Amino acid sequence: MKYWVKEELKPPHGKVYIIKDRCKGCGFCIDFCPQQVLQESEEFNAKGYHPPKLVENEKKCIGCGFCSLVCPEFAIYIEKEEEKND
Amino acid sequence: MIKFYSGNIACAEGAIAAGCRFFAGYPITPSTEIAEHMALRLPQVGGIFIQMEDELASMAAILGASWGGMKAMTATSGPGLSLMQENIGLGAMTETPCVVVDVQRAGPSTGMPTLIGQADVMQARWGSHGDYEIIALSPSSPQECFDLTIKSFNLAEEYRVPVILLMDESVSHMSEKVIIPPKEKIKIVERKKPKVKPSEYLPFKADDYVPPMACAGEGYAVHVTGLTHDEKGYPQATSPEVQEKLVRRLCDKIRKNERKLRDIEEFEMEDAKLAIVSFGTTARSCKAAVKRARKRGYKVGLIRLRTIWPFADEYFEKIANEIKQFVVVEVNYGQIKLEVERCVGKKVHLLPKMGGEIHKPEEIYKKIKEVYNGN
Amino acid sequence: MEIEAETHPLDKYLRTDRIPHIWCPGCGLGTVLNCFLHALEESDIDLKNLAIVSGIGCTGRVAGYLNVDSYHTTHGRAIPFATGLKLANPKLKVVVFSGDGDLFAIGGNHFIHAARRNIDMTVICVNNYNYGMTGGQLGPTTPLEAKTTTSPYGNVEHPFNLCHVAAASGAVYVARWTALHVRRLKESMKEALNKKGFTFIEVIASCPTTYGRRNKMPTGLDTMRYYKEKSVIKHGIDPSEADIEIGGDIIVGKFVDIEKPTFDEILKKLEEKIK
Repeated sequence: MKYWVKEELKPPHGKVYIIKDRCKGCGFCIDFCPQQVLQESEEFNAKGYHPPKLVENEKKCIGCGFCSLVCPEFAIYIEKEEEKND
Repeated sequence: MIKFYSGNIACAEGAIAAGCRFFAGYPITPSTEIAEHMALRLPQVGGIFIQMEDELASMAAILGASWGGMKAMTATSGPGLSLMQENIGLGAMTETPCVVVDVQRAGPSTGMPTLIGQADVMQARWGSHGDYEIIALSPSSPQECFDLTIKSFNLAEEYRVPVILLMDESVSHMSEKVIIPPKEKIKIVERKKPKVKPSEYLPFKADDYVPPMACAGEGYAVHVTGLTHDEKGYPQATSPEVQEKLVRRLCDKIRKNERKLRDIEEFEMEDAKLAIVSFGTTARSCKAAVKRARKRGYKVGLIRLRTIWPFADEYFEKIANEIKQFVVVEVNYGQIKLEVERCVGKKVHLLPKMGGEIHKPEEIYKKIKEVYNGN
Repeated sequence: MEIEAETHPLDKYLRTDRIPHIWCPGCGLGTVLNCFLHALEESDIDLKNLAIVSGIGCTGRVAGYLNVDSYHTTHGRAIPFATGLKLANPKLKVVVFSGDGDLFAIGGNHFIHAARRNIDMTVICVNNYNYGMTGGQLGPTTPLEAKTTTSPYGNVEHPFNLCHVAAASGAVYVARWTALHVRRLKESMKEALNKKGFTFIEVIASCPTTYGRRNKMPTGLDTMRYYKEKSVIKHGIDPSEADIEIGGDIIVGKFVDIEKPTFDEILKKLEEKIK
């Protein structure tokens, strides 16, 4: 009876990679991230846009990959971190 | 093998003999029999016939088929050739081997669909926008419809350029004996292929004007564009230097090979003082007129252009002094005449016809007499 | 912390020496192309046999960014070019990537006839409601009353419903998504790529620079938020009921998925018969 086993379900986690200089600052990844883990950074990239960065609580990224799909510039992708269930 | 073919059928058979395995076309008088015959023959030899929705599509489809690795052809008449022009330009720009048959009828516009014209000469040369060169050949008999169709394919492959076969209504519907040589006697040229690895291949870099061509599916991941492009094939639409280099090469690969491409039949030209210049069906009447004039002692010859474009500038420049007078006979209001005049640097006589019929030998003979005697 | 990277795992599909692309910030085209790259990554398409054909316009530039055999043809003629390419080399998987003006105005005739013949190709139309490359003129999909540079008082023409046109012309697969439906779009692209016959996907995408600014959506984000608010998924609906109007629901989904012999299949049978 698996359902009753008291086991903490660990949400998956993703590592966010950003190719800053490709970003044109459209904001799609920030606005539509289901976990709202991204925000606009203050820094300028080579083209003069503000690339995204992670919010403080970065563990919130579940690695769904929406940002990776919606980015028009191939400037962001995620890598799912292996779950370690001990 | 000896056959009794019309010019249109001879052309279609020539295409198949040349290795053409893709035909896309749209019905138009007086070229339709070519499409009909291709529809009949291509499935027998494993080829593809497709009747497109218009001539724009037909031209685009043969370019696509050529990049798909097949020898491809379309056939049309003046109005259709007008519609094909944009993609003939794409063919010239992307250096796509293909053959466009134009069975000329009388124009402008719908004109006289069932009757002869020879007024697409200039349209064939520069009907598309921008600076480019094509090759155009003109047959005078069903036999030549067969032979020159094969030649058109060979030149298209060798020079990577659209070749226009300028037939006319009369030669297309005239039936004569056509000798089909055995397969092994027919010279077939295939496009040059790259010999280097894909990583080293520059699809538009040419050592001798014509770059080797990698088709789709051959692993070279080639980008082909109608935009001004560099040797890599990448668009460089704001670089006058790249444009200069590319357009020069596209034009020079034809211009600098004019002598090789030259195909002229000289008849009674050894001691001629007056030369008739003609092409296509009209040249047949000219030949009859020259024979008659020779019998009466006129030193007259015939220069028949089998290659129309590139124009034989050098040839005419050379003979300009020996030949006192030139008479151009054509079924238009003076298109080749302009070219001859430009090359020989003196006034050239014109015996035009606006279309609908070819010249009678008597008319040409009369003109010879007039010009010869200085009337 | 986010990790700074230099390259993207999908770069292998791109001519990276041509990136960044020419599309404006907030343009949906990059998103659609990105979804296509993901679809390629997740399907078994042999890249050697993949050919992309585009016409002219902003979407027409797609061909130049993909690192496969790619053909950037003339305005409106991508489909007949692709027809020749596919029939000459049946091994190829041919994908036409072009815009609404290219495929449905100047090239409209070719679209309906290729669909009618059921030529085996996938056509992806990025519909941004206007001619972006030339500065925002009205096109065949511009909604009634929308403002463009050639409809400064509002568009007086009824637009095409592209999926309805495709279905009526005989396409065997018809789907519509917006650039926000990235997952569903990617799945649709995979389905279309793996299906034989004339498959069609319409992707409604933002064009902030030349369309959005004139129609109260000055940024790509405004348009994407509008899609989020207005999109309704209705799989299997009759596409004639999926017209697009300003302010109305945007009906998306997979509308058609049928089987029909393709042009080359029928031709092959015929060739065997006459041999």
